[in-house]
Amino acid sequence: MTEVVDELRRDYVCNLIRSGKRMDGRDFLEYREISVERGFAKKAEGSARVKIGGTQVLVGVKMEVGEPFPDTPDEGIIITNAELVPLASPEFEPGPPDENSVELARVVDRGIRGSNAIDLRSLCIEEGSKVWIIFVDIHVLDDDGNLLDASALGAIAALLDTKIPYERHGFAPCEVNPKTERLSVKMRPVAVTMADVEGNILVDPNLFEESAANAKITITTNEDGSISCIQKSGVGMLEWEKVDELIEIAEEKGKEIRNAFLK
Amino acid sequence: MKKKGVQLIKDGRRIDGRAFDELRPIRIEVGVLKRADGSCYFELGENKVIAAVYGPRELHPRHIQDAKRAIIQYRYNMAPFSVDERKRPGPDRRSIEISKVSREALEPVIMTEFYPRTTIDVFVEVLQSDAGTRTAGINAASVALADAGIPMRDLVTSVAVGKVDGEIVLDLNAYEDNYGEADMPIAMIVRKNKITMMQMDGKMTKDEIKKALKLAKKACEKIYQLQREALIAKYSEEIEGEEQSDEQSAQWLKV
Repeated sequence: MTEVVDELRRDYVCNLIRSGKRMDGRDFLEYREISVERGFAKKAEGSARVKIGGTQVLVGVKMEVGEPFPDTPDEGIIITNAELVPLASPEFEPGPPDENSVELARVVDRGIRGSNAIDLRSLCIEEGSKVWIIFVDIHVLDDDGNLLDASALGAIAALLDTKIPYERHGFAPCEVNPKTERLSVKMRPVAVTMADVEGNILVDPNLFEESAANAKITITTNEDGSISCIQKSGVGMLEWEKVDELIEIAEEKGKEIRNAFLK
Repeated sequence: MKKKGVQLIKDGRRIDGRAFDELRPIRIEVGVLKRADGSCYFELGENKVIAAVYGPRELHPRHIQDAKRAIIQYRYNMAPFSVDERKRPGPDRRSIEISKVSREALEPVIMTEFYPRTTIDVFVEVLQSDAGTRTAGINAASVALADAGIPMRDLVTSVAVGKVDGEIVLDLNAYEDNYGEADMPIAMIVRKNKITMMQMDGKMTKDEIKKALKLAKKACEKIYQLQREALIAKYSEEIEGEEQSDEQSAQWLKV
């Protein structure tokens, strides 16, 4: 039964695309309505609730003190995890992270790590024994397509909102940031996901469009013009010649989102 | 990534002496396992991987069957002794992600419509790792699928490119992957100019990515030829073998 519905969806979306339209009236390169609310989860060190159309994601940052990895004794640690909780979609089941959840977390993580948004050395408390560990936890609340962009936006917004919990861990503020309590965030990476539907590039595919797409690609860009993550996802192929265009679109949309929501 | 004070490029050569656009040596053997329907042993420099295909075969539980086509299941796994620090057996998050993107790299070429309600299982075991194992795995899996007689639109070819000490280089080894600035594994259908896998980890500019992709494409063209040659070699051997045994049995009859 679901296969029939999938096919009907695909046909519906494709027919519209062929006549230059999207089912919600958007332009091919237009995002759905985005909102970013910082500080929603008061017990978190930092948090952000992001909505992109009907998709809703809540990202919380917690910080703890722990041992560094042996090969990087002077660096803090960032760990990113994503939970696709069952209330977010009839397709999500309780249990350990599945491949979609793992991929989501790892792509968001790479976008932030690659951009060097957080200087890991600034998280060092005592070389070789004590560093700050930043946990970025993505909690998906409603899946209407493009969880990745919502999660990535939530992650960087939550990090920008983060206050280092010195008192809870009995520390005087770190020398690197003597006056500020906020986590120092140096870059604002923005992930832009595009779907290829019969050769047309659609930015921010919604749930129906995702199932109609051949393949999706996510490109994370930074304000210094660099790219910190690329991930092609889904069964399907991308045209070699399209890569340039995809990067340009990602840069442009990334800039728009950064200026609107990550000041 | 990014470690200071480590010099990866000296006098225009990389630490293992290779040029920027040079692949590590490749060795391909087809049909190396007895029980699997198709298999391939693949070496890429110090990487040693083995890919096996079982299928199309029955799929349980029934609720994950697809009434219209075969499903593809791909499992990338590393042997505990394949790396410097022993890797605990079982899938970790990295292996789960690699399995997903690798499956997505191959699935577009497999004609799954011919085998509804079945599964085609691809298993890739990394026996020795020196960066680039997912690319070696995909190359091996393509050949193994062909060896299993699974109908495909073409082979899929994979290689990694990256940025090391500011230079764009081909086929990073472990040292370069750990201390370099970016790593970009890709997979493509060489004859059709289509990309089926693309990931980038690290930091690159748009122009660097362009340059890297060109390098990757040239390398994939070479690797594709090697994949084809390995398959042709295996099957010509079989045909010659059959002809010889025909002659021998004819001799028998004469006596």
